[in-house]
Amino acid sequence: MSALEIKNRNELFTPEIRAEIDHEIAKYPEGESQSAAMAALRIVQDANGGWLTQESMDEVAAYLDLPPIAIYEVATFYSMYEHKPVGRNKLCVCTNISCMINNSDQIVEHLNNRLGIKFGEVTEDGRYSLKEVECLGACGGAPMMQVGRKYYENLTPERLDSILDELE
Amino acid sequence: MSEEKTITIEVDGQPLETKAGALLIDVTDAAGINIPRFCYHDKLSIAASCRMCLVEVAKVPKPIPACATQVMDGMVVQTRSPMALAAQKATMEFLLINHPLDCPVCDQGGECELQDVAMGYGSDVTRFVEGKRVIPENNIGPLIATDMTRCIHCTRCVRFGDEVAGMREMGATGRGEHMTIGTFVAHNINSELSGNVIDLCPVGALTSKPFQYRARAWELTRHTGVAPHDSVGSNIQIHTRRGEVMRVHPHSNDAINEVWLSDRDRFSYEGIKSEERLTQPLIKKDGEWVETSWEEALETAASGLREIASADADQIGTLVSPTATLEEIALAQKITEGLGSPNIDYRLRQEDFRGNSRAVPWLGQSIASLEDVDSALLIGSNIRKDQPLLAHRVRKAALKGAKIQLVNPLQLDLHFDAAQMVSDPAGMVRNLAAIAEAAGGSHHLTEQIEVTDEHKAVAEGLKCSKSTVILLGNIAQSHPDFTILYGLASVIAKAADAFVGVIPMAANSVGAAVVGAIPNKGLNAHAMLENPRKGYLLLGIEPGLDINNPALARAAMSGAETVVAITAYRSPCLEETASVMLPMAAFGETSGSFVNAEGRWQSFSGTTGPAGESRPGWKILRVLGNLMDISGFDYSSSEEILDELRGAHGGELQVASLGAAKGKIRSAVTGLARIGETPIYAADALVRRAASLQETEEARDAAVARVNPSVAADAGLLDGEKVAVVQGEGRAEMVLKVDANIPDGCVWVPAAVPGSESLGDQFGELSLEKV
Repeated sequence: MSALEIKNRNELFTPEIRAEIDHEIAKYPEGESQSAAMAALRIVQDANGGWLTQESMDEVAAYLDLPPIAIYEVATFYSMYEHKPVGRNKLCVCTNISCMINNSDQIVEHLNNRLGIKFGEVTEDGRYSLKEVECLGACGGAPMMQVGRKYYENLTPERLDSILDELE
Repeated sequence: MSEEKTITIEVDGQPLETKAGALLIDVTDAAGINIPRFCYHDKLSIAASCRMCLVEVAKVPKPIPACATQVMDGMVVQTRSPMALAAQKATMEFLLINHPLDCPVCDQGGECELQDVAMGYGSDVTRFVEGKRVIPENNIGPLIATDMTRCIHCTRCVRFGDEVAGMREMGATGRGEHMTIGTFVAHNINSELSGNVIDLCPVGALTSKPFQYRARAWELTRHTGVAPHDSVGSNIQIHTRRGEVMRVHPHSNDAINEVWLSDRDRFSYEGIKSEERLTQPLIKKDGEWVETSWEEALETAASGLREIASADADQIGTLVSPTATLEEIALAQKITEGLGSPNIDYRLRQEDFRGNSRAVPWLGQSIASLEDVDSALLIGSNIRKDQPLLAHRVRKAALKGAKIQLVNPLQLDLHFDAAQMVSDPAGMVRNLAAIAEAAGGSHHLTEQIEVTDEHKAVAEGLKCSKSTVILLGNIAQSHPDFTILYGLASVIAKAADAFVGVIPMAANSVGAAVVGAIPNKGLNAHAMLENPRKGYLLLGIEPGLDINNPALARAAMSGAETVVAITAYRSPCLEETASVMLPMAAFGETSGSFVNAEGRWQSFSGTTGPAGESRPGWKILRVLGNLMDISGFDYSSSEEILDELRGAHGGELQVASLGAAKGKIRSAVTGLARIGETPIYAADALVRRAASLQETEEARDAAVARVNPSVAADAGLLDGEKVAVVQGEGRAEMVLKVDANIPDGCVWVPAAVPGSESLGDQFGELSLEKV
């Protein structure tokens, strides 16, 4: 078991993060803290600049009283959890079938050229990172990408340029 | 659904009667109908993830997994219909997409479930030509070899860790094509039951590291046997090739070890091939050890002991190892008696011999019944390390809701929920007395005892349960107040209507007591050393490591005229103390019997010839007996001895009182108190020489002195620093480890590890010095 388990629960994270996770735990019956694993990972990832360190996963495990491997399983299964640093703006570009038919290749190529990075990479200034994702359920607006919590649809190279300029 | 209702189903046209709600795969297994499977295992939860057990059930439109299907009355099942066969064949094809087809270089080849099922249910040629997935290797310790590229994701190992070992260290990370089974963060698997994943793994992903590339399954001959370490007496299969023990597997026996085996029982066979094996009789001539013939060695041994005995038979003392066989111990007892000496004992690690010392200490119930208790109080027991498979039974009870409470001199890392009451060794007696008072029993200790709410809670936990058991473990038996602890346990048991028992320390502790290796009017193991004898007969003992007070033992034996050591190993402490060493056959090389914790007599035969000139212990003792002209040594086989013993001692064991709850607490000290546990991989001569087990973190971390942070601060000592442990005249240098699990006023200094030979009693006063 993790050495962190000996650590007091109240020494993990900040009071704000603990409150957020506790809010999620409270949604499930007592003793079912495992159910809050995904939410807790999201909260901790957001607070850590968009990615999870091994230590932060261990802390989530300790906080939820789970073996660390149970958290690693969840955190490596879902593609939304990042295990490497990402840019301030994580550009998640859909290349699944509808977007592909609507020329997502051109969108990807434009991003590659403009930002000088490929999928899985971060710009040197840390402003953008690029990620290839599967269908995000917005086929009506293909090609599309997601940045943060926002969907950008009907993308063209020109539209992309103005979107990128707006993102800090 | 009524679980008890008997129903009839039809499988492949054959009507089968079964209980409603049973799993289809269990029903077909019981009827001898084979359904292929990988993820299903009857001791683990259902995953239904491999899809290999798909069968056709009438009125169900698609094939369904037999492992996750409960039977219903009138169910009609086809295991070999075109639909079932097509499903099985397709599953097999999928499983082989990524599995390497290089069986000739795989260690599992020849005993691989995937290989067997592919032969039976697969296609002869693959349609997949794409590249196969490759998983980078990771090292999970000295016992288990990994080749995760071969893994088929059945998750048996993952479920075993979670459900049986109680340490969920492995898991399935990544998803889909990228899913891998492993620890994610590279580290060793440290469960004391870890080796079982080798048996569980249906492919060559997890195999035995010590056995890696040594032999093929079809070259091995299987012999059933009994594990020679803890008192569980796990049933094993010893696999030999051309007269050499190659590996050990569990032999399933639901009453004892189920299908499991502890790592100690599985990997200790390596000790047979130790370089320290004694293969030639040795005698000490003018202080030098010289090889000699059996005739001379036996004559020297016999005449040495006989001379002492003819002058004063009471000057002979016999110490037998509780891991020796019943037959060997009985003959040693017969020789001692024949020489006229009353001094024989097997309780080498016991210090307190007050009370009724002739009673047989045993579990008092069956091993299997431990998993059905509602409440248990374990006194002085590191059960998880000392008897891993008894701990597994207790864990099962705990998972079913039983309340497990422990009174110990250290906080244990347990794999089940338990309330642990931790104190220094003397505090254990006081705590127990307080629990006894709280439970309504009375004791006659000379000390006033304070009863706290905590004690009342423990007593309450014991009293309000239907089936309660109180057990004393290895620590309790080495405790200076063992008899008082036992007496108090009996008082509590009476007040709480509970069963009281002792968890015997070694494979044949019960057997040794049954056949009378306990002094009647003679000297016990401690007294024999405190009042040095002129002659000693040692059976399977290393005086520096196997005895509660090694300093005392070494001094007494060094001063003796004749010390006859019947031993499998030429160990430094025997070279120092003995005068004759007679090479004895080791584990696997001799026939014999053990009596386990629940009083079960289990016999086994030899699987290979003894190494070199060594001979089975019973034969050595037989010749010694004949040379000393003691009558009744005309056995021609160990079975003859066993038959005689069965006739004389084969009756049912009675639960007898070992001690009384009265007297003075002897474990109280003024300085620091030693907690002298025997680490799991130091328990006996065989395991101490098992190379791979000695490389585990568990073994490497054992030979240290542990104190809690406040004791370290008081003494001005730092973690990792070298310190001198001073106990009486003895002094040992050890690395200090700061460990919050050790109570105040105590130092955990193990017995039976290098350095401990010069120390005294396992429990007693000591001091720490800077080096």
